[in-house]
Amino acid sequence: MKRIITLTVQDRSGVLNRVTGLLQRRQFNITSISVGPTETEGVSKMTLVVDVEDDQRLEQVTKQLNKQIDVLKVSDITDKAIVARELALIKVTSGSQLRSEINGLIDPFRAIIVDVCKESITVQVTGKPEKVDALIDLLRPFGIKEIARTGLTAFLRGHQPQVNELVTYSLLK
Amino acid sequence: MKVEAKLEFQTSTAPKTGADLLIDLLIKEGVETIFGYPGGAVLPIYDAIYRAKDRIGHILFRHEQGMIHAAEGYARITGNPGVVLATSGPGATNLVTGITDAMMDSLPLVVFTGQVARSVIGTDAFQEADVMAITTPITKHNYQVQSISDLPRIVKEAFHIASTGRPGPVLVDLPKDITSGAISGIVEEAAIDLPGYQPTFKPNPLQIKKLADSLAKAQKPVILSGAGVLHAKASEELTAFAEKHNIPVVTTLLGLGTFPADSPLSLGMGGMHGTYAANMALYESDLLINFGARFDDRLTGNLKHFAPFAKVAHIDIDPAEIGKNVPTQIPIVADAKVALVELLNHTKNSPKADEWLEKLVKYKQEFPLWYKHDPNGMCPQWLVEAVHKVTNGKAIVSTDVGQHQMWAAQFYTFNEPHRWITSGGLGTMGFGFPAAIGAQIAAPESTVVAIVGDAGFQMTLQELSVIYERNLPVKIIIVNNGALGMVRQWQELLYDNRISESLLNSQPDFVKLAESYGIRGMKIDNQEDLIASLPELFAHNGPVLVDCRVLQQEKVFPMMPPGAGLHEMIGVKPI
Repeated sequence: MKRIITLTVQDRSGVLNRVTGLLQRRQFNITSISVGPTETEGVSKMTLVVDVEDDQRLEQVTKQLNKQIDVLKVSDITDKAIVARELALIKVTSGSQLRSEINGLIDPFRAIIVDVCKESITVQVTGKPEKVDALIDLLRPFGIKEIARTGLTAFLRGHQPQVNELVTYSLLK
Repeated sequence: MKVEAKLEFQTSTAPKTGADLLIDLLIKEGVETIFGYPGGAVLPIYDAIYRAKDRIGHILFRHEQGMIHAAEGYARITGNPGVVLATSGPGATNLVTGITDAMMDSLPLVVFTGQVARSVIGTDAFQEADVMAITTPITKHNYQVQSISDLPRIVKEAFHIASTGRPGPVLVDLPKDITSGAISGIVEEAAIDLPGYQPTFKPNPLQIKKLADSLAKAQKPVILSGAGVLHAKASEELTAFAEKHNIPVVTTLLGLGTFPADSPLSLGMGGMHGTYAANMALYESDLLINFGARFDDRLTGNLKHFAPFAKVAHIDIDPAEIGKNVPTQIPIVADAKVALVELLNHTKNSPKADEWLEKLVKYKQEFPLWYKHDPNGMCPQWLVEAVHKVTNGKAIVSTDVGQHQMWAAQFYTFNEPHRWITSGGLGTMGFGFPAAIGAQIAAPESTVVAIVGDAGFQMTLQELSVIYERNLPVKIIIVNNGALGMVRQWQELLYDNRISESLLNSQPDFVKLAESYGIRGMKIDNQEDLIASLPELFAHNGPVLVDCRVLQQEKVFPMMPPGAGLHEMIGVKPI
């Protein structure tokens, strides 16, 4: 099962290596990882999407991450109300005659064209991984030259509904 | 042997270089002895040691692996971090086995490695190795010092992390320009800054109550006592708790000595070569209380058959150990001592377990540890018993890994903690002899015996120089069967007797070898000579090496074969 785990870590050299090395050593698969600074200086946030077999393994991975000295906090936010986003850049083969068609196609995704040249255009899309996947599928017939994705980043919504309302918010189960 | 060290921190002598500052910081941490080996990248530190030689001790080993095992032995006996100093590149990489060993067995070490100057890090400079990357997975934490002003904080944190919570090795990598850099002005004292490291010592009262309730209802309770009890120095409390409620106690390999072996409640060691009574107690119990053991596979055997009827309570300072291998109904994250004191205060009713205790006594009587005397030679088990006798069971014993280790664990019974040093988790050959050196440094007045195999001894025997040089009266008992005994045993039992590359047909003359290092040596191949010589050899005020020729065919029994459960031991009765 896929789980979204966020880590707040001290921004020290080697901390990314500690986290990824630990996951490799304990045989956990990383689907995506994204890292960046937070509102606090010297503190970074990582969002991991990991593939784990069961709850017991999930507990192990969070406990092992928690043991790292540079890791301040570990949260499995998969079942919480969260905002989760990913950004993708998609370079599509496209002569001038196809541009309006692509434009119409990406519009409902609120994606934008960020680069244009003679043979191709680059589309930027933001959203949940499923939405990004869906757009990529639609663009594939035009001929995709290159894709770059940031990996998921996520945090808790400002308001957490009661436990019995939570199911509908689950993203990756 | 006296360790030459004074503890006062001489603030009047202002440090001149980063290395001088480092030495001052070590003295401030109470370090008496550095286990070290010099080299290019640590020359500034050795210069500072030269200047501080009346304030801090240093012991020069002959190989970095030997010295780090010695530091482990020192840490095991004192409970304080062993301090290791090695140079960059090969000096550091030679430490890797010892660091991993300390990580697996939770021994506190603070390891300092030299590094090339910051300006050339990453250029494949002479004797450069990426020690940070190499040691990240095998240390509790590691640092590379980037500024002299960070040094006080890093040293303080390193000692704090190594020795608190679940102990472990911490490495500090010291670029040469840091240690040789001049210090201008006053270096300020630093406070520990570790917001991500706060070990839990106090147990959750609800879980303690849950355990107390379960205990009162249990009919077949058993305690499993591991090395966590040693780290917490909680043997007394454990004994009091077991005796208060009449709960039988199984110890792990590393937990030997945490509970007196001669107590009627002691079932001995559990696991692959544990006693029948211990393993059946774990198998049949309805309440298993684990204090500070990590349910290692050599203890549990096949997890499907591990304590299948038991409610499991696990007290551990490391939350990641709880539920890792064995589903746990009562998880208690705490220091073993604090938890035991709470339990002593909050448990009133003892379990009604008379039948259970009677059954276990029967198991003990019917299936004791056994071996057969052979008129044609010396039995290794008998040898261990003879060593036990001559040392009144009070020696500090250290071992490598393998058959001799299991025989020592089975037949050198310990009534006190902090007497047993062995490489449990990593199972490191070449550990026992240097670890005994560290133990002798830690406990100069104690009798220290290294019970080692002939193969393992040859991996770190160069440290004979150290015991000669320092006149450390370590007694080395080589259990010499001319084989990698445990490998040979498995090949005989599990690989259809295909003895592949496990016999050592060519060996040095160990007596001459000892003598060439200036150490007294003796070869003994029969019981009479051993009985006659051993008292005198142990009375000798200096190191001794005894090459004991034992029967090659002897195997360690009983045995839980790989893949089998606790109740499926073989060789439980004389064959």
